[in-house]
Amino acid sequence: MTTAPHVVISDVTRVHGHDETRVVALDHVSLEIHPGELVAVMGPSGSGKSTLLNVAGGLDSPTSGTVSIGGETLGSLAPRDLARLRRRRMGFVFQDYNLIPSLTAAENVALPLELDGVRARQARRQARHTLDLMDLMPLSDRYPDQMSGGQQQRVAIARALVGSRRFVLADEPTGALDSHTGEEVLRVLRERCDEGVAGLLVTHEARHAAWADRVVFLRDGRVVDSTGDSDRAEDLLAAGGPA
Amino acid sequence: MSVRLGLMALLAEGESYGARLRGEFEQRTGGTWPLNVGQVYTTLDRLVRDGLVAQAGDPDAEGRIAYRLTEAGRAELASWWTTPVDRTSTPRDELTIKLALAVTAPGVDVHRVVQGQRTATLRHLRDLTRLKRDALDRAEGTAEGARRATSEEAADAEHGLAWLLVLENLVFAAEAEVRWLDHVESVLARHARTSAPRTTAAPQHVAGDRPAHREGTPA
Repeated sequence: MTTAPHVVISDVTRVHGHDETRVVALDHVSLEIHPGELVAVMGPSGSGKSTLLNVAGGLDSPTSGTVSIGGETLGSLAPRDLARLRRRRMGFVFQDYNLIPSLTAAENVALPLELDGVRARQARRQARHTLDLMDLMPLSDRYPDQMSGGQQQRVAIARALVGSRRFVLADEPTGALDSHTGEEVLRVLRERCDEGVAGLLVTHEARHAAWADRVVFLRDGRVVDSTGDSDRAEDLLAAGGPA
Repeated sequence: MSVRLGLMALLAEGESYGARLRGEFEQRTGGTWPLNVGQVYTTLDRLVRDGLVAQAGDPDAEGRIAYRLTEAGRAELASWWTTPVDRTSTPRDELTIKLALAVTAPGVDVHRVVQGQRTATLRHLRDLTRLKRDALDRAEGTAEGARRATSEEAADAEHGLAWLLVLENLVFAAEAEVRWLDHVESVLARHARTSAPRTTAAPQHVAGDRPAHREGTPA
């Protein structure tokens, strides 16, 4: 891959608590995600998957190490600038969709833009454009309770990627869906990444992780396996592998 | 399952030549079970000997012999469709044997064996998923044109479905293997916590040395 990585997680350690309650959630983890690349994170409960996602998305700060998105190092930003970067450059997809029940699909997708100060009409236009790109226009005027779980999750992916956002973080996005619908959602996520978006997917299902270009396996906060094809995987193993 | 029953299933659809049967068999099973022509003719000879298949007539101008299924063949085939596949025999899977030996063999780092295999299996699963995605895209393309489909296109759609099901079988098998490897790891971790540490020599094997070979994988 010749493009520069969009996401660079460099030697990140995250420690919760101290003394007897000290827990090392991430232990010297390094990871790069290029535009167009979908990386899945797997591992048992408590292995650090969600912490990694939160740190990558600027929702949590590393105890040491750095995270940069599109060349901007999150730790060096003022809180207001960090919040702006999160609003404009990345989107989150959760297991339970988190759509606002009183808003239509198009209004839900437009919401992050409106929160960022984009005028309602323009935000709505961009939302419809994104829904159209993802073949979701027939759902645009429906409310969440008029959509199936799979449809809601596809709309949630559209919301995560509306506007200029090029980094999507998905935390068990198929957890509430049956196997077939879950795969449909992953196809949508995969297609978005094929269009140039960088994706980070946390899942405990190997068959869902298999939609990613690479699977990183965490255990006790460390990267113990990676399925990368390139030399980068060897770097990962060297950086986070078992002693 | 044998090639024998596979060929009989194809002959139940109509008379056919050996070479055509071979191509049809490979296509319908998604190329997961390659046959050579010699194997096909040997099997047909045995089926003729056992009265399950018969020659449909004299050789044609090109010397090809067509075969057909006999009534006895149809009965045997019907019995096969309705009899569950025997799963009671002990598995002789290389990975199972390798890990069973690894947990007791001195000086083998089982965790690294497990990790190396999981990496290989996850890669395999990803490759299968790419093939599946292509198959799904093709299936959707075929469905688009279904209304104006000729019988040949309809047959293609059916073959696409067969291929998709073969792929999904491989996906489920690989997924089950990853889950089993995770389980092995957690059992080993529990075991290590509850038993006295065992003195072991330096590990002889490292991760990814040589993951167990998976057969029946499409290229």
